[in-house]
Amino acid sequence: MQPLLKVENLVKRYARRGLGDAREEPAALDGVSFTIFPGTTLAVVGESGSGKSTLASCLACLESPTAGNIWYEGKDLVKCGERARRQARPQIQLIFQDPASSLNSRWSVFEILIEPLILQGKYTSEEMKQRANSLLERVGLAPDIVERPPTELSGGQRQRLAIARALALEPKLLILDEALSALDCSVQAQIANLLVELQSSLGMTYLFITHDLAMAAHLADQIAVMNRGRIVEQGPADHILRQPKHETTRRLLAAVPRIARAAFPAVEY
Amino acid sequence: MRYLLHRLGHAFFLLIGVSILSFLFTTLAPGTYFDEMRLNPQIAPEMVAALRAQYGVDKPLPVRYASWLNSVFHGEMGFSFAYNSPVAPLLLVRARNTLLLTITTTLLAWAISLPLGVWSAERLGRLPDRFLSWGTAALMVIPDLALALGLLVFAVRSGWFPTGGMASVDFATLSPLNKLRDLALHMILPVTALVLSALPLLVRHVRAAVADVLNAPFLLAAVGHGIPRRTLLYRYALPAAANPLISLFGFSIGSLLSGSLLVEVVMSWPGLGPLLMEAILSRDLYVVVGGILFSTLFLVGGNLLADLLLFWADPRIRTESGAQ
Amino acid sequence: MASVLEIQDLHVSYRSRSGMLHPALAGVSFGLLPGEILGVLGESGSGKSTLAVSLVRLLPGNGNITRGAVHFEGKDLLQAKPEELEQIRGRRISLIFQEPSLALHPTMRSGEQVRQVLAAHSAPGKSALSERTRQVLAEVFPEDADRIARSYPHQLSGGQRQRVLIAQAIACGPSVVIADEPTASLDPATQMEILGVFRTLKERLGLAMIFITHNPALLSGFADRVLVLYGGRVAELGPAAKVLASPRHPYTKALFASIPAVFEESGSVPRKRLAVIPGDSPISCLPRRGCCFEPRCTERMEICREREPELVNLSASHTVSCIKYEN
Repeated sequence: MQPLLKVENLVKRYARRGLGDAREEPAALDGVSFTIFPGTTLAVVGESGSGKSTLASCLACLESPTAGNIWYEGKDLVKCGERARRQARPQIQLIFQDPASSLNSRWSVFEILIEPLILQGKYTSEEMKQRANSLLERVGLAPDIVERPPTELSGGQRQRLAIARALALEPKLLILDEALSALDCSVQAQIANLLVELQSSLGMTYLFITHDLAMAAHLADQIAVMNRGRIVEQGPADHILRQPKHETTRRLLAAVPRIARAAFPAVEY
Repeated sequence: MRYLLHRLGHAFFLLIGVSILSFLFTTLAPGTYFDEMRLNPQIAPEMVAALRAQYGVDKPLPVRYASWLNSVFHGEMGFSFAYNSPVAPLLLVRARNTLLLTITTTLLAWAISLPLGVWSAERLGRLPDRFLSWGTAALMVIPDLALALGLLVFAVRSGWFPTGGMASVDFATLSPLNKLRDLALHMILPVTALVLSALPLLVRHVRAAVADVLNAPFLLAAVGHGIPRRTLLYRYALPAAANPLISLFGFSIGSLLSGSLLVEVVMSWPGLGPLLMEAILSRDLYVVVGGILFSTLFLVGGNLLADLLLFWADPRIRTESGAQ
Repeated sequence: MASVLEIQDLHVSYRSRSGMLHPALAGVSFGLLPGEILGVLGESGSGKSTLAVSLVRLLPGNGNITRGAVHFEGKDLLQAKPEELEQIRGRRISLIFQEPSLALHPTMRSGEQVRQVLAAHSAPGKSALSERTRQVLAEVFPEDADRIARSYPHQLSGGQRQRVLIAQAIACGPSVVIADEPTASLDPATQMEILGVFRTLKERLGLAMIFITHNPALLSGFADRVLVLYGGRVAELGPAAKVLASPRHPYTKALFASIPAVFEESGSVPRKRLAVIPGDSPISCLPRRGCCFEPRCTERMEICREREPELVNLSASHTVSCIKYEN
C-alpha cells in the first residue's frame, strides 16, 4: 500500500533578528522522518517545546520547512510548484487546540461551515446549505444551532464544528494539534469516539499531536516520540508503550496521571 | 543602542527628503515674492529686477537648493524676503512662543485627562461615566475655530481677558512679576481653547485603555491577593494600560509645533502659525521651507521619543528585539 | 475535628444581559478540614470556578450570592465588610487563578509581584520585605530563586509562572489555599512537578487546600478527600481512595469510565469506543423538579424525574446525592 504521507529529514530553523544581527536559534525541527499509511493514526507525543506544533504547521503548508521533503501521495510538497501545493492543501486539514480562537466569533455556524466551500467556488447556494446540514449531522451537532454564533456553543460543540469545517473540503489527512487538550474529560471521550467513527466510515487518516499519552494509546496505531526537534523513538503503539526504550518515552509514561484502579498501581510523584 | 543610531539615521534622511519636497512644491507654485512688487506702480521694474538678481530667484533649482543647504549648515537656513533677515532666528523666536502655549497645554491636558480617564473607567457604564462621555463627545464635535472664536467673544464681552496677542502695549515697562502676570493673562484664553480641543480624545483613550486593563485577569488576581485599591489603580492598572498612552504621548509631542496654528492665528498669538501663514501667502520661500522642516523635526522626534519610552516601559518589547 | 472553612447551602446565580437569572451553584455544602487537600472535581458548567471565586467574594458584577454562609475563623465571609475581606484575601485565604500567563502582571518583575502581596498585608521595613520575598521564592524555587525574581512573566515557562502564583499565594502564610485548575495548561511532566510542590508545601506549612480540576486522575494519590460537583450541586463527597476506586454516583462512575487507560486490558483489540456520557454538560442547571443528571443517567428511574435527590450518608465520611441509595 502506498503511504499517504511520507516525511523525510524535515528541518525547520527560525532565525531571530536581534537589534540588527541575525541570531540562530536551535532548530525547531531537526531531521524528522516518518510515514503514515491511509486510514491509520499516527500519534506524535512529546513535551512542550519538542517541536510538535512546528511539525503541524509545516505539514499543513502554513510554514515552509528549511530543508527536507514532504511526500503527499507521491508529490513533494516542498519542491513542487505553488499550483500543485494549492491542489494538495484542501486535502490536509488542521484542527487547533483552542476551539474559541480558531472560529470567527462574529460569524454564525452556517457562515463558518460554508466559508471553505465559498472559497472553492464550485457550489451553488442550495448545494452549500445541504452540505452544511449534512456536515452538522455527520459530527453529531443538532441542525438548529446553524444560526448561532460559536460563542454560544460549549467547548465540545465548538471542536465538533471545527471538525465539520475541516470535513467540508473532503480531506484525506486530518492533523489534530492538541485538539482534545482543552476539553473536559467526558467531552474528550465523545470527540475521540467521533474521530474513530469518522475514520472507519470515511477512511480518514490522522496525525494526532498530543502530550496526553493515554489518549494517544487509545487512538493511535503508531506512536512517534519527539524530543528537541527529533524523533527519538517510533513504532506500533503497543510496542512503544509496553517496552519503551528511550529515556524520553519512559519519562512521558511515568508522568501520566492515572486513577488508581484496582489492577494498576498508583503512580509515585 | 544600534537601534537608536538606526532611527536617527532614518530621521536624517527623512528630513532631507522633506526639505527637498517642500522646496520643490513651493518653488513650483506659481508666483514669487516679487510679483506683488511688480504690480506696485511705485516700484521701478529695474528695482524689482535688481532684487531678483540679488536674491538669486532666477537661478536654476538645484543651485538654489544647494545654496540653501549651505546656509542651513551655517545656521541661517536661508533668508526671509519679507523680514529682511536670516530665517533661523525668526523661526526660533516664533517657535519659542508657540512652544510656550503648546507645552503648557500638553502638561495641563495630560494632568487633567489621566485622573479623569481613570475615574471614568472605574465607573464604566454608570451615570457619571455616561455624563463624561456625552461631555467629551460634545467637545469633540465643536470645531476648534468655533471654540477659539467663542472664547474671544467672551473676552471682548467680559473685558476680563486681553483679546489677543502675547503682551500688553506697556509690557516693557512692567516689573518682572507683573511681566509674568501679563504673560499668564494673555496665555489663558489660547491655552483654554487648545486644552478643550485636546481633552476629549485624551480622556477617551485613557478611559478605554484603563477600562480594558480593569477587566484583565491579572487585576482580578491582584484583588484576590488583597492589594488595596490605590495600589491597584496606579501600580497595576495604569502601567499595564501605558502602551497605547505612550504612543499618544509621542503624538502629543510630535504636534507641539503644528497643533496650535489655528488658535494662534485667531488670537493673534505671535507663534509659528501666523508666520507660516503669512509666508505661504506671500511666497516667502525660505521661511516656508524652514517652518515645515522645524515641524517635521518635532514630529519625527516625538515618534522617536514614544518608541524609546515604549522600549523602556514595556519589558516585552525589550526582549522581543533581542536586547536581553 | 472542626472545619477550618465551612460552606453552608451556597446558592450563586448570574444575571444575563436580558435580565434572566442563571443558577451556577444550587445548594453546595461541605467543610474543609485543617491540613487536608480537598479535590473538587467538576467539568464545564458544574460551577467549580464560581465556587472558587464565591468563597472570597470575587464574583463578577453580574454574579449574586443569593443564599448561604461561608464560615471562616469565626465570621461569615458572605456578610463581612469590604475592609475585612481585603484583609482576609491573600493573607488568610489565597486564591490561585487559572491560566498563569494571564494571572500575572505583564510588565512587573516576578519578585516584585510577590513583594506587593507581602507589602499589602504587613508593614515591615524595605529590607525586611525584600528578605521575606526572597524566602518565599526560595520555597517554590529551590534553585535560582534570584534569577526568577528578576525575570518578567513572559520570560518564564508555564511551570515557572505557576510557581510564582503559588509563591504569591503562600507569601503571607494563609491557612487556606484555593487553586482553580492550576495545572490545566501545563504538560504532564510539569503537572506532576506542580503537584509535588503543593504536596511539599502542605506538609511544611500545614495548609488546607481546595484543589479544583476536571481531571480525576490528578487527584489520585494527591487529594485526601474528593468532592464531585455536577450542575451546581454536590454529587458525591468522600475519602479520595473510596471515591476514585469505587465511585457511587452514576455521574462519577460514567466520568471515570470515559477516561482511556494507557494500557488497555487486552493487547491487540480493535479500537473500542470509550464509554461516553450521552448528551452535553448543562451550561447551567435550571431549577427543575427532578435530578439534574437524570437526562444523561444510564441508571435512571421514574422517580428521578419527579424530585431532587437528597444527600445520603453511605458511611460516616462518604455522602452521595442519588435517589438509588436512599433507604
